Amino acid sequence: MRSDPSDYELIAPDSLSAVVSLLAQQPGEWLPIAGGTDVMVQYAAGKLPARKLVSLWNLPELRQIEVSPVDVLIGAGSTYTDLREHTVVGGEFPLLANAAQWTGAIANQNRGTVGGNIVNASPAADSLPALLVYEAELILVSARGERRVSYLNFHTGYKKTLLAPDELIRAVRLERRFAGYFAYSRKVGARNAQAISKVCIAALGKIAGGVVEDIRIAVGSVAPTPLRLRDTERTVKGKAVDVALVDQARQVAISEIHPIDDIRSTSAYRSAVVANLVAEFLLGLNARGKGA
Amino acid sequence: MRNLGAQPEITLTVNGEEKMVRAYPMERLLDVLRHQLGLTGAKEGCGEGECGSCSVLMDGALVNSCLVPVLQAQGAKITTIEGLAQGPLLHQLQQAFLDCGGAQCGICTPGIIMAACHLLARTTRPTREQINQGLSGNLCRCTGYTQICEAVAQAAAQGRAE
Repeated sequence: MRSDPSDYELIAPDSLSAVVSLLAQQPGEWLPIAGGTDVMVQYAAGKLPARKLVSLWNLPELRQIEVSPVDVLIGAGSTYTDLREHTVVGGEFPLLANAAQWTGAIANQNRGTVGGNIVNASPAADSLPALLVYEAELILVSARGERRVSYLNFHTGYKKTLLAPDELIRAVRLERRFAGYFAYSRKVGARNAQAISKVCIAALGKIAGGVVEDIRIAVGSVAPTPLRLRDTERTVKGKAVDVALVDQARQVAISEIHPIDDIRSTSAYRSAVVANLVAEFLLGLNARGKGA
Repeated sequence: MRNLGAQPEITLTVNGEEKMVRAYPMERLLDVLRHQLGLTGAKEGCGEGECGSCSVLMDGALVNSCLVPVLQAQGAKITTIEGLAQGPLLHQLQQAFLDCGGAQCGICTPGIIMAACHLLARTTRPTREQINQGLSGNLCRCTGYTQICEAVAQAAAQGRAE
């Protein structure tokens, strides 16, 4: 059943501070909406529980990407298109730029925002594994001030996050320390555009002296939250990649995910794909290590 | 500040003309265009941002108008399919779709042409891959995509020749 717009309130304050004070006055009462690519879908289906919405779209304080010698601060209202077109994001954080490119299609990329993607907290979101492997820091803002939290701890359960009812994500901070890493990402879905992933992966690795010096692997759509494969990383780190190690990594990866059967795929298929993607990543990393 | 039950005045520029509408802030831009402004070129397909039939340009960016609450279009410049032709003279993309047989039932066509417009505004010499990607958010269930992509390639080639 479609929603009736007369049942809903939507306001568009012209500054971030006005939004933050509204959330402080009535915490949990107002649902922030940025590009609407998730909220409006729920609304269209008559499944949006919130009746009071506050727009963040195009707030200038949220829509900028600041680059310093050590980090990149991505305003939470930056769209996927903003990410795709940014030279430093594209050059140094290819996993994020790739994910931005295969989230929805152009029209959704022009509206969907990185902050919205994080707060929507879908386990299938394409950009979130990239933020896990880059170990992003989130800058949260409320009338109480700002706090910084590691993105690694942000999702506490299915669609649950550390965000307080009076808080917003202001920015995502990425440290510029991944030059020279082998970057690997893939989306496995019915098609690249407009399809929600059956499995998505983002991974980084570095080989030095013939062994894996650093490795980070994150996957989406195979657990209640986007997931870092910590056990798989531990299995591989410090070792030379060979057939036996790849085989072991495949088994460990399967043991640490919790995929389900749903309309998009099956648990068994997702497990097989995660194992194959981990293997493809490790073989690619090894080939790069030998070439270097 | 509260709007519940109210229909505030919202001003937006549509196809170069400033328009004032009264609408609930959560009304979809698509519905305001079709029902209040009589611009029925943008179509409702899926209503959830998957099919691209409702595509319009908002401040030059391709958007699904079914996912835009009209309040967010306050002050924006909207271009719909109706804004492309100059009087009787079709836009070169429209002509190319006619020439190449790029439309069958026509429901997806306005959205596809707006997506193509967005592509050609950014990429004057698109490769076939870029055309595919530029149209990847627009679904056609009649023709297949071959003639649609040929039409975009033809319009791009003509645009360069002019």
